[in-house]
Amino acid sequence: MDAPVTNATTSGSTWPLSWTRRWEKPMQVTVEAVVRKFGTTAALHGISLDIQPGELVALLGPSGSGKTTLLRILAGLDAPTSGRVLFDGDDALKLTVQQRNVGLVFQSYALFRHLTVLDNIGFGLRVRPRSRRPSRNEIKRRALELLDLVQLNGLEKRFPAQLSGGQRQRVAFARALAIEPRVLLLDEPFGALDAKVRRELRRWLLEIHNKTGHTTVFVTHDQEEALELADRVVVMSEGKIEQVGTPDEIYDEPNSPFVFSFIGESSALPVHLAEGRVWLDSRPLDLPQGNLPSGPAQLFLRPHDVEISVDPERALWGTISTHRRHEGARRVELSVGLKNSRVEIEIPADLRLELAREIAFLPRRYRLYPTTPQG
Amino acid sequence: MAGARGLALRKPSALPGFGLALGFTLTYLGLIVLIPLGGLVLKSATLGLAGFLDVVTGPRTLAALRLSFVTALIAAVVNAVFGVIIAWVLIRYRFPGRRLLDAFVDLPFALPTAVAGIALTTLYAPNGWIGSWLAPLGIKVAYTPLGITIALIFIGLPFVVRTVQPVLEEFDRELEEASATLGATRRQTVFMVMLPTLMPAILTGFALALARAVGEYGSVIFIAGNMPFQSEIAPLLIIIRLEEFSYAQAAAIGTAMLLISFGILLFVHLVQAWSRRRFGQ
Amino acid sequence: MTDAAVAPLLVSTPQSQAVTTEQPLVRYVLIGVAVVFLVVFLFLPLASVFVEALRSGLGTYFASITEPDAVSAIELTLLVAAIAVPANVVFGLAASWAIAKFDFPGKSLLNSLIDLPFSVSPVISGLIYVLLFGAQGYFGAILKSENIQIIFALPGMVLATIFVTFPFVARELVPLMQEQGTQDEEAALSLGASGWKTFVKVTLPNIRWALLYGVVLCNARAMGEFGAVSVVSGHIRGKTNTMPLHVEILYNEYNFAAAFAVASLLALLALVTLVVKVALEWRYADQIAASRRH
Repeated sequence: MDAPVTNATTSGSTWPLSWTRRWEKPMQVTVEAVVRKFGTTAALHGISLDIQPGELVALLGPSGSGKTTLLRILAGLDAPTSGRVLFDGDDALKLTVQQRNVGLVFQSYALFRHLTVLDNIGFGLRVRPRSRRPSRNEIKRRALELLDLVQLNGLEKRFPAQLSGGQRQRVAFARALAIEPRVLLLDEPFGALDAKVRRELRRWLLEIHNKTGHTTVFVTHDQEEALELADRVVVMSEGKIEQVGTPDEIYDEPNSPFVFSFIGESSALPVHLAEGRVWLDSRPLDLPQGNLPSGPAQLFLRPHDVEISVDPERALWGTISTHRRHEGARRVELSVGLKNSRVEIEIPADLRLELAREIAFLPRRYRLYPTTPQG
Repeated sequence: MAGARGLALRKPSALPGFGLALGFTLTYLGLIVLIPLGGLVLKSATLGLAGFLDVVTGPRTLAALRLSFVTALIAAVVNAVFGVIIAWVLIRYRFPGRRLLDAFVDLPFALPTAVAGIALTTLYAPNGWIGSWLAPLGIKVAYTPLGITIALIFIGLPFVVRTVQPVLEEFDRELEEASATLGATRRQTVFMVMLPTLMPAILTGFALALARAVGEYGSVIFIAGNMPFQSEIAPLLIIIRLEEFSYAQAAAIGTAMLLISFGILLFVHLVQAWSRRRFGQ
Repeated sequence: MTDAAVAPLLVSTPQSQAVTTEQPLVRYVLIGVAVVFLVVFLFLPLASVFVEALRSGLGTYFASITEPDAVSAIELTLLVAAIAVPANVVFGLAASWAIAKFDFPGKSLLNSLIDLPFSVSPVISGLIYVLLFGAQGYFGAILKSENIQIIFALPGMVLATIFVTFPFVARELVPLMQEQGTQDEEAALSLGASGWKTFVKVTLPNIRWALLYGVVLCNARAMGEFGAVSVVSGHIRGKTNTMPLHVEILYNEYNFAAAFAVASLLALLALVTLVVKVALEWRYADQIAASRRH
C-alpha cells in the first residue's frame, strides 16, 4: 500500500512529522512497569528500565527470564499487557512495527534468501513510501557503504545461501542499519555461530557501536559476552530484573544469590550471622557480620577468591572429594560442614593433595545474603 | 549378479537381497513400462521423421493438441492462483471446518475421473445447477472449451495446494517480522518476501497440474463437445485413430503428447535445481 | 507451529499476531474466496452425484446397482484391483528395498522412472498395450495364433491398471525407508537373523502404516481408472466393463439415473479412501511424513 504524501501508514495513523529527523541523534528508551501476561502466566512482572542514548545495554538471563519478550515489545512485535514504553519521551506503544524504525537483528539472521546481499541491505529503503524513498542509485550507494562498514566488500551479488554464518550475520546488521534506526535491537545475535566466530564478531560489534553510536539493546544468555560488550548489564530472571549495573558492579557487587551464581563461578554455604561474626555449624569464623541482620544467611564465594594459609580455628574447612587441573591452577571440590555443602576452591597447581584430607580456607572476597523467612 | 568382485556395481553391504530386489524391480519396470513405451516410440518412428511431423502438424491433430494444451494451461494458471489462496487460508488461519476443508482438497485425487466427468457435465449442462444460472447470461459451459477448462481446474487443484502447503507451513515467521521491522507493510511483506520464496513450490505445483491436465481424459470426455477442430481433445483423437486402426498415427500423437509431458517435467526439474542452488537447502 | 503463531479468526489479535498476519477484513475475504471456490469446484460435483443417483427414488437406485451388467462390472473392478494392487505392493517393496538399502549407479534414474506414469496420459497408458498386443500390434499375430486374448480381455485391463497405479505404493515406501536407513536391518542380521526373517520381522513392521497408506491410494486409483482401461477393454458389456466404463456406457445411453447410481458407489469409495487417508495421516504422520517432503 503506497503512502500518499501525508505519510499515512497501514494502521491509518499519521507518522508524527517531528520524528522524521530524530534518527540523527541516538535515542533514549524508557520502560515503565511493563507487564506481559500470556493467559495466566506472566512473562514479565513489571519491568522498569532507563536506557540512555548511545548506550550498549545487555539483557542477560537464562531462558525463560523474559529478556526476549522485552526485546520484542521494544521492537513492536509484541505488546505489553500493561505499562509504558517511551522513545525519547514519546509513547512508542501507539506506533506499529513499521513506524518504530528499530533495527532488529535475529539470532537466525532472517535474511531474505531470494535477494542478493545488496538487495537485502537495501530492502528497508525500497519499501519506504514513495515520498520518503531514496532513488535507486542512492539506495545502491548507501547499501554499498554499509557493506563496507561491515567489512563485506565484494559480496554484494552473492545470495545468503552462499555466505558463512558470520557473514550472514553481518549482512543482517547492515540491513538493520540501512533504515537509520533509532535503536538497535539484537536477539542473541551470535548464538548460532561457533565460538571463534562469536569472539570475532563481539569485537566487531564493539567497533561498529563505537563508530555509529546507536543506542543498542542486545539479548544474551552468555554472561561472558554481556560483561565484555555492555556499558550496562540488566540481569533478568523469571520475568523480573535482578540487577542493573556496569559489568564491574554486576561481577563484584552482585546484589542477590541469583546474580552471584549466574555470573561467573560460585559456591554457596549456609551460614549463621550473630554477634558480629559469621558462624558455620555453631563455630565462629574470621568473617565479620557487617550491617547485616542476625539470622540465617548464605555465603557466596568464587573459587579463585580464597586464601588457604589461614588459622584453621576460625576458618572454613572441608574434606577433599575430588580435584582437577584447571589451566594454571588446581580446582578442588570440598565437602564443607555438617550439611556437606559442596564448595569449589582454586589453589596453586603445585600443592600436593591427598583425597579425604582436609583443607582450611577463607574467602578473600565474598557476599552474604540473609535468608528470607520462606527461603 | 550385482556386487560381484571387480564389478563394483554397488557399495558392499551386509544386507542381502539386492540382486533379487533390483532384478525384480527392473524386470517389472522393463515389461510394464519401458518395453511398451518403447513400442510406442518405435511405432511412431515407422512413419519416419517427415511422416511423424506430418501427422503431428496436421490440422486436426494440431487443433486437438492446441486445445488440450491451452485449456490445460489456463486451468493450471487458475489453479496456481486459487491454490495459493487455498493453501494460505488452510495453513495460516483458524476457522471452523478448516480440517474438513483440508481433507476435502484431495477429492480430485480420490474420485474416479469418469464420475467427475459425468458430474461436471450434469452440473454445467444448460439445465444443470450451475449451467442454468449461467445460461441466461449467455455463457455456455458444457460441450465447449470452457467446460473442458473447468474440468481441468477440478483435476489439477490438489497439485498446487499440496505442493505449496508444506513450504508455507515451514515458512520462517521471523522473515515476516524482519520485513515488518524494516518498514514493509503487510502487503509488501507478502508480495516482496513471501511469494518469491514460495515461487518454486508454486511453479512446481503449476507444472504438475499442467502435466496432468494435458493428458486428462475421463473427466473431460463427457463435458467436451468432441467436435473435431473445435472441442476435440488430443487423447480422444488418439482413441479415434486407434479405432480406425491407424496405429502409427495414434502412436505419433501419443509420442507428441509424451514429449510435451516430459518437457513440462524437465521444467519442474530445472526450477527445483535452480531454486536449490539459489536458496540453498 | 505453535498456537500463538496462527491467527484465530474470531478473536481480536494481540500485537504479536498482528504483525505476521493480514487484517481481519482481508482474512475474511480470503477465507470466503477459498470456501466458495472449493464448494463450487469440488463439493457441488460430488453432491450432484448423489443427488442425481437418488433423483428417481431408492427403488431405481437399487435396481441399477443390482442389475446383472452392473454386478459383473463391480466384480470385474474388484478382480482387476485384487490382481493389480498386490502386484504393485510386491513391486513397491522390491523397489524400495533396492533403492533405500543399497547404493548403486542409476539410483536416481530409477526413482524418476517410478514416477513416470504420473506424467503419462491415461489414454497413452492404454495405447501402449494395444500397440503391443492388439490385433495389429507387434505381438498381435503370435497371440492370435496361440489364441491368447490380452487386449479386450482381462489381462490387458490388468496390465493397463498396473501401469497407471504402480507408483503409488513405491512412492510412499521409498522416502520412508530411505529415512529409516539400514541400522535396524543390520542390527537384526548381526544378531543372526536370516534375510527373509529380517525383512518380515524388522522392515515390514517399520513401514506398515506407509504401506497401508500406499495400498489405499493404489486401490482407489485402480478401481477408478478410466482412460487407460477404456482403451484396452473394448467395452464389451458384461465382460470387459469395469465400473467406470459401465458408468460411461449408461451415461452415453442417457440412462442417467443408473449411471449416477453406479457412479455413487465409486464416489463412496472415494470418500472412504479420503477418510482412511486422513485418519492415517493424523495418527501416523511421522511414519508417512517422509513422502510429504517430495
